[in-house]
Amino acid sequence: MKLWQKMVVPALFVGVVAAGAPERALAQAAIKIDGSSTVFPVSEAFAEEFQISKRGKVRVTVGMSGTGGGFKKFCRGETDMSNASRPISVEEMEACRKAGIKYIELPVAFDALTVVINPKNDWVKGNVMTIADLRKMWEPAAQGRISQWKQVRGEWPAEKLMLFGPGADSGTFDYFTEAVMGKAKSSRGDFTASEDDNTLVQGVENNKSALGYFGFAYYAAHKDKLRAVAIDGGKGPVLPSVENVINGTYTPLSRPLFVYVRESSANRPEVREFVQFMMKQGGALVSEVGYVPLPQSAYDLAWKHFDNKKLGTVFGGHNQVGITIEQLLAMEAKL
Amino acid sequence: MAATAHMTLEEIRKGLSWRKQLDKLFIAIGMALLFGCLAILAILFFDLVRDGSSRFGWDFFTSFPSRKAENAGILSAAVGTMLIMVVTALVALPVGVAAAIYLEEYAPKNWFTGIIEINVTNLAGVPSIIYGLLALGLFVYQFNFGQSVLTAGLTLALLILPIVIVATRESLRAVPKAIREAAYGLGATRWEVTKDHVLPYSTGGILTGLILGLSRAIGETAPIITIGALSFIAFLPPSPVTGEFPFLNFEWLRSEFTAMPIQMFNWVSRPDQAFQANAAAAGAILLGMTLAMNAVAIWIRYRFRKKISW
Repeated sequence: MKLWQKMVVPALFVGVVAAGAPERALAQAAIKIDGSSTVFPVSEAFAEEFQISKRGKVRVTVGMSGTGGGFKKFCRGETDMSNASRPISVEEMEACRKAGIKYIELPVAFDALTVVINPKNDWVKGNVMTIADLRKMWEPAAQGRISQWKQVRGEWPAEKLMLFGPGADSGTFDYFTEAVMGKAKSSRGDFTASEDDNTLVQGVENNKSALGYFGFAYYAAHKDKLRAVAIDGGKGPVLPSVENVINGTYTPLSRPLFVYVRESSANRPEVREFVQFMMKQGGALVSEVGYVPLPQSAYDLAWKHFDNKKLGTVFGGHNQVGITIEQLLAMEAKL
Repeated sequence: MAATAHMTLEEIRKGLSWRKQLDKLFIAIGMALLFGCLAILAILFFDLVRDGSSRFGWDFFTSFPSRKAENAGILSAAVGTMLIMVVTALVALPVGVAAAIYLEEYAPKNWFTGIIEINVTNLAGVPSIIYGLLALGLFVYQFNFGQSVLTAGLTLALLILPIVIVATRESLRAVPKAIREAAYGLGATRWEVTKDHVLPYSTGGILTGLILGLSRAIGETAPIITIGALSFIAFLPPSPVTGEFPFLNFEWLRSEFTAMPIQMFNWVSRPDQAFQANAAAAGAILLGMTLAMNAVAIWIRYRFRKKISW
């Protein structure tokens, strides 16, 4: 046989067999997770440890399509679990309802949205800013108008205001705008947006007059190059930290993170086992990846909800900003 | 011409040396640009190697991704990339070569083939994300292939099809007409001429085109993300070879996957700085894979050229 024949014949053979490859489900038990990139590290840690503990008998895959992208797949029935950095929205609830997808809502961790400035910035006295300052910088009306720090507060210098934030598809963007402007997605558009938080870190790191916001984990990993701003929400300045999230003083920028489990998947033994693993090992793994764990009582309650198939969301499709861990617990208890 | 006739020998010599100088200048500029590009590539490559040097080791190739940078490896990504490349090659080669043979040897020259030719050339310029969107609608949802190795392989095969077709046509065209005429003269049919004479002589060029196409496909990120490659996969697709009859297993085609560019993208966007070294190391390996494929292409072309004797 000539060389080209040697290559083409098996190619055709494989092509034919592949086309007829049976649509058999993979023999192995598998759990599909997708959604928020903020929650990704948490789910990844769970998935990694769970697979080790099961010695590879169960496969867990984790994707990062963003909170909104994740819910789109979830409500089409493509995934078993969806990660979310905000509660499910009214539109997403409707999409799931139409497709007959029911779900259980599990809070897994808390995150502190962190506002950062450059360490060389010497005009933000005591590192304190109010929510009103942030609103002045970020509101839609600021677009093209507020370009210097002086315009935000008279005592600040006439330095160029350089803003860095996550893109409009991100749950972090949704949450920040809701918390600061009072309306989700209400923001000026003329800032440097990136879905990659490391780009934001570099932007603030390299510009003396920059300001940006992202999840606490990214600040924690770059503490030496960035300075966190203490937020004055009306009761005095509070720095983002694990303690201040737990004691409920870092408001309104601390937020709960969720995992949604599809009801029909929840009946499968491997999914049940995985959720149980999450709710038992939760705390330790959550703090390991840089987030704030919930108290064990919260995980126990969430497990009870899962066990009793308590469906739906306690948020009714609306993001509630500034809730503390305790308030979240109280809300979940009412389900 | 008339002006030249009135030139003195002196003037002609002067003009000639000026032109030769221009020639040298052009060579110098061309060389400078070429070496500039190569230098940038070399700097990039060595930078990646330096940043990732702490991670090179057997463990890096045999470990699954992990949340701990020092434990994380590229096993699932590298295997995913290789399986995708196998599917891509097996689909793009027969389809691309058949299309090229049709266009070059069989197709009548009319407006219809004209349209096909223009479209094939245009397809080469379509942004890769468009192929991803097409694949998402067609393979993932319409044909229900899911977010699998098969879908990714087919998508990248579409992406490199124009490259394979154009390269194949070029090398078919390079076969002298006399060879065809001689075969026809002896009573061979069109298919016999193609199969026994034209194709064997152009195999080197065809394979070179395929490998150049594959080395473009191996680094593609956008279409693979669009069809939904996952970021965390700590297992391998089922093995294609099994111990029982029929010894071949095609379940891997339907398996979920991750690929090298996706793994790099994931590592680069992590908060923990230690992952930057992993991303650099994976980048160096991916670049190495691309260079190795190109080297194979050059070697194949050289080998086949040597064998040709007209």
